[in-house]
Amino acid sequence: MTAVSMTVNGKAVSADVEDRTLLVYFLREHLQLTGTHIGCDTSQCGACTVHLDGKAVKSCTIFVGQADGANVTTIEGLARDGVLHPVQEAFRENHGLQCGFCTPGMIMTAVDMIRRKPNLDREIIRHELEGNICRCTGYHNIVSAIEDAANRMKESAKDNAA
Amino acid sequence: MSMIPYAFSYRRPKSLAEAEAFFAASPESRFLAGGQTLIPTMKMRLAMPPELIDISGLADLKFIRAEAGQIVIGAGVKHADVATAPEVRKAIPALAELVGMIGDPAVRHMGTLGGSIANNDPAADYPGALVGLGATVKTTRAEYAADEFFTGMFSTALADGEIVTSVSFPVPKMAAYAKFPNPASRYAMAGVFVAMFAEGVRVAVTGAGSCVFRVPAMEKALAVSFAPAAVAGISVSPEDLNSDIHASAEYRAHLVGVMAGRAVATALSR
Ligand SMILES: Cc1cc2nc3c(=O)[nH]c(=O)nc-3n(C[C@H](O)[C@H](O)[C@H](O)COP(=O)(O)OP(=O)(O)OC[C@H]3O[C@@H](n4cnc5c(N)ncnc54)[C@H](O)[C@@H]3O)c2cc1C
Ligand code: FES
Ligand code: FES
Repeated sequence: MTAVSMTVNGKAVSADVEDRTLLVYFLREHLQLTGTHIGCDTSQCGACTVHLDGKAVKSCTIFVGQADGANVTTIEGLARDGVLHPVQEAFRENHGLQCGFCTPGMIMTAVDMIRRKPNLDREIIRHELEGNICRCTGYHNIVSAIEDAANRMKESAKDNAA
Repeated sequence: MSMIPYAFSYRRPKSLAEAEAFFAASPESRFLAGGQTLIPTMKMRLAMPPELIDISGLADLKFIRAEAGQIVIGAGVKHADVATAPEVRKAIPALAELVGMIGDPAVRHMGTLGGSIANNDPAADYPGALVGLGATVKTTRAEYAADEFFTGMFSTALADGEIVTSVSFPVPKMAAYAKFPNPASRYAMAGVFVAMFAEGVRVAVTGAGSCVFRVPAMEKALAVSFAPAAVAGISVSPEDLNSDIHASAEYRAHLVGVMAGRAVATALSR
């Protein structure tokens, strides 16, 4: 057993867990944050994507000990005071989901790519989605949602600066 | 909880010396860096180490330095940080580009140089850059020329308990990497790294065979004339190449020629 402590969605948490615990199980089963999904056992689908110290990672491919002391954000941590994050809003408006299974991972990946890449276009978005698999949408509306969100966030950054 | 049903212990050493001491005390244990190969392997139970020694936090392994004629990268530096490092992009853009083609963004946020080369997957990208540039691998015990470091499929010159600490990449006059990725896994079906130095040209192929290899006939031809046409007529024998559900050996041999031509064209276009 290991004692771990970290910040998850802004709250300090600590627990005694088995060393073999993957971060995704810690989130889902210890913290009941079931928005983070498990879609594969080969580290390929990206349904489990969360942010570790601000960067998108696959929480199924990290042992909880590796996240000790870190700052973790999950899909539950994106909305503020009941207001959806612009990327969540854009997925809703652009019909960027069907069954919704891949969506939390898609959105966490999208937030990360918008942070890293100031000038996204549809081709870059498609490349950046290489680690996220969707079995429903054919990706088209996911790409549109991310493009829309990136534009909106640019606009509101401009408005805030003005 | 499922997935990894066997219990193991996880330890975080504070120094390289402590990591070595932990290993000496538990010789079946494995070092854990980014976990992007080891953890999937453990989930499949293809590896079942009783103990993991997490070296990913060691500051000694996390640096990028531009030195006279070379770029030195610590074994613990993550792919995303190599791909975006201004020193690397300026001195060896081909290296930054190669690392930016590894897997996907989340894999690049965790995976490390040391983990990739210690693992030596036949389809990994980094071995192409190390052999293509004639890099030197430094470990806790020795230094190896890249040509001697990669010894075969999933095997290297590393002894049990030996830790890669850094890699020195000589700065070439021109270089480029062209990769034909497996569309599902993004690993290389064939990747060719071409580099031109004052002393000559190096051509390294990854993904196509059981281990990275050089193509002396292409190196000689490119030393005479560094142009895509120089490699156009040179074919590699499919005899020792990989054949699997993704591609036949003949197809991979063909890809090597095409990727070599593309790499030369990209190097010339900078
Ligand atoms: C979905 C997916 C796609 C991928 N696509 C690609 C790809 O396109 N191209 C590619 O090249 N790779 C790819 N990878 C592999 C990725 O690059 C890994 O990060 C890398 O192979 C291993 O690095 P790591 O730091 O994660 O090592 P780990 O998984 O932590 O360790 C791997 C092995 O190396 C040993 N080790 C680690 N560090 C050291 C060290 N410093 N000294 C000695 N031994 C050490 C470990 O004991 C272990 O045996 C992919 C991985 C995934 C999950
Ligand atoms: S569940 Fe993590 S990548 Fe599929
Ligand atoms: S919406 Fe169903 S998997 Fe993507």
